[in-house]
Amino acid sequence: MISDLFSVTVLIGILASGIRLATPYLYAAIGETFSQRSGVLNLGVEGQMLLGAFAAFYVTLITGNLWLGVMTAMLVGALMGLAMAFVTVNLHAQQGISGIGFYLFGLGMSDLLFQKLLGTVETVKGFQKIYIPGLSDIPGIGEIFFRQNILVYGAYLLVFVAWFVLNKTTLGLKIRSVGENPDAADSLGVNVARIRYFTIILGGTLSGLAGASLSIALLNVFQQNMTSGQGFIAVALVYFGAWSPIGVLGGALLFSMINSLQLWIQVLGIPIPSDIAVMMPYVLTILVLVATVSRVRAPSALTKSFEREN
Amino acid sequence: MLAFKRMLQSDWASRLIDALLPVFATLAALLVGAAMLLFLKVNPIEAYKALWDGAFGTSNAFAETLVKATPLLLVGLGICISFRGDVINIGGEGQMIIGALLATWVGLTFTSLPGWLVITIAMLAGFLGGAIWGGIPGILKAYFRVNEILSTVMMNAIAVQLMNFLLRGPMIDPSQAQLASKIPQTARLLEAFHLPRLAPTRLHLGSLIAVILAIAVYILLWRTVTGYRIRAVGQNPHASRYAGIKVQRYMVLALLLSGAFSGLAGATQVFGVNYRMITDGSSSGFTGGAGFNGIVAALFGQLHPIWSIPASILFGALLVGANSMQRVVQVPSALITALNGLVVVFVVSSEIWRQRRQRHRLTAARQESVSSPQTTREKIELGEKLL
Repeated sequence: MISDLFSVTVLIGILASGIRLATPYLYAAIGETFSQRSGVLNLGVEGQMLLGAFAAFYVTLITGNLWLGVMTAMLVGALMGLAMAFVTVNLHAQQGISGIGFYLFGLGMSDLLFQKLLGTVETVKGFQKIYIPGLSDIPGIGEIFFRQNILVYGAYLLVFVAWFVLNKTTLGLKIRSVGENPDAADSLGVNVARIRYFTIILGGTLSGLAGASLSIALLNVFQQNMTSGQGFIAVALVYFGAWSPIGVLGGALLFSMINSLQLWIQVLGIPIPSDIAVMMPYVLTILVLVATVSRVRAPSALTKSFEREN
Repeated sequence: MLAFKRMLQSDWASRLIDALLPVFATLAALLVGAAMLLFLKVNPIEAYKALWDGAFGTSNAFAETLVKATPLLLVGLGICISFRGDVINIGGEGQMIIGALLATWVGLTFTSLPGWLVITIAMLAGFLGGAIWGGIPGILKAYFRVNEILSTVMMNAIAVQLMNFLLRGPMIDPSQAQLASKIPQTARLLEAFHLPRLAPTRLHLGSLIAVILAIAVYILLWRTVTGYRIRAVGQNPHASRYAGIKVQRYMVLALLLSGAFSGLAGATQVFGVNYRMITDGSSSGFTGGAGFNGIVAALFGQLHPIWSIPASILFGALLVGANSMQRVVQVPSALITALNGLVVVFVVSSEIWRQRRQRHRLTAARQESVSSPQTTREKIELGEKLL
């Protein structure tokens, strides 16, 4: 019933799962933030996530080693990033469209490998919850923030590392300058191609990790097309968060909290059609994009390939 | 050797190479596919033979290929319009669904009207539904600067849920509504409302409509002021604005028309193939991924409506052939999805060579024009060469 929603236990449950659900979005969207700040739109995130999710799941299932699974997922993502970097930086391919190509490749490839190597849906024992000593005992707060698995903690840590790197380091300055004015950056001796290679591969690595967080930390299964659009949402969150890691954090939290609320509404049997409930986060994202995007300017060189003038 | 080089640089040869680039891209993707098949311990020749036979082996197989190619072509025509206008429409899946829903509603509501009239209204309804679903991101892009790639992806997700909701509730087949485990599907369309078959196969009128529309889109884009303005906005929005074109209006129009063609694709799927709507919860369950694969087909046809016809047939063949490949050599048809992705990547990557040659043609044409006096006619010829 509706009133059930407002009990303390349910509220804590909603917040705790909201924090957890934000994990894949954070990894993927922070990676995408780096590549977009350097002027590259990577629309292949969804495909990278799917292949990463499969790689992590399969390696974990075979070896029983979760960290080996995570590493493989990141490696697979990095390789896809490398291919994307070659195509967009060296061959000047249109970024949006080649991203769709990489998405289709990841979608088909992960499905193919799943059917050939696994065949049926299996489960693995994923990352377990880690109770942070002391903090996890705080009533309410402890359950929401400090009883999560390691990949969840890692995602939030990443947000602040990303903020620091982008805003307080020379590397961050180079990345931003390449995304704003590659010609000027180039004339000052910044290697535009190298920076973009770095950010696209980093983006791929983190997307692979995002996939791993789904298949061996949150859901602990692999299914065909299991990301079901989360990679595309992650790209949207970068716009939503106005190309800043902190903004992305806000967007990811808002989106996953609504998602979590929607799941709990279904669990509690509140009579709202589930299809309509599932729809809500997407409608909300569009509305927030309308409200925010027109105020913030995208990196000037976003989607533009760079070629040195002769 | 020099003669050969000069021939390669000559105008027609360079244009021929341009036209063949997608073919090379496909061959490259098929080669990668062959490597993947070897990795899966399958004989690639056997697999590709199964694919070919499945797509072209019999007249029934070829008809299936054309049936599969139809939604690809319709979505692809919309993509030709929007991408020419520099608007990236990834919402084909959602637009197909909304078009199909509206058309199905027409087909299930006006049961007392004559068949030809209901079919006509339903196709227009499909067109309208897609136009609405494409028009919304268009307005959001033009007037609120919301990136259309993102909004169209969101609109896909919303359309899927809307379909699931309607097929489980308001639009459910009355005979299913009383059952305990309801199949989420609509009632079947009356026999009179089915799109006429073109041959004793499953080939239906929708394929013919699609081909006629391909010609119409060609005329729209290259023989009308509206089409010229859509392309001008796509080439250079700033210059277009100075030239007095209402840029925002043409952005919306490009996305709206693009959506409309996808919506029509959805409508023809219901009225020509399935005769009802049914959902497995995902968008590809209804569209078969045509909303995405139509983009692939259009890109392959170099965003030209007429070239999109053979391109759609090729990808229709790949989709139909993939199923027979799965049956004969037990390779999941997902392989073809992966290969489609590679084709896209290779096609957009090969653009760089086309552009280089275009630049080459441009300088060559400029040099020619310096030496000869400029009459109006020559200027027009020069312009045509540059395009």
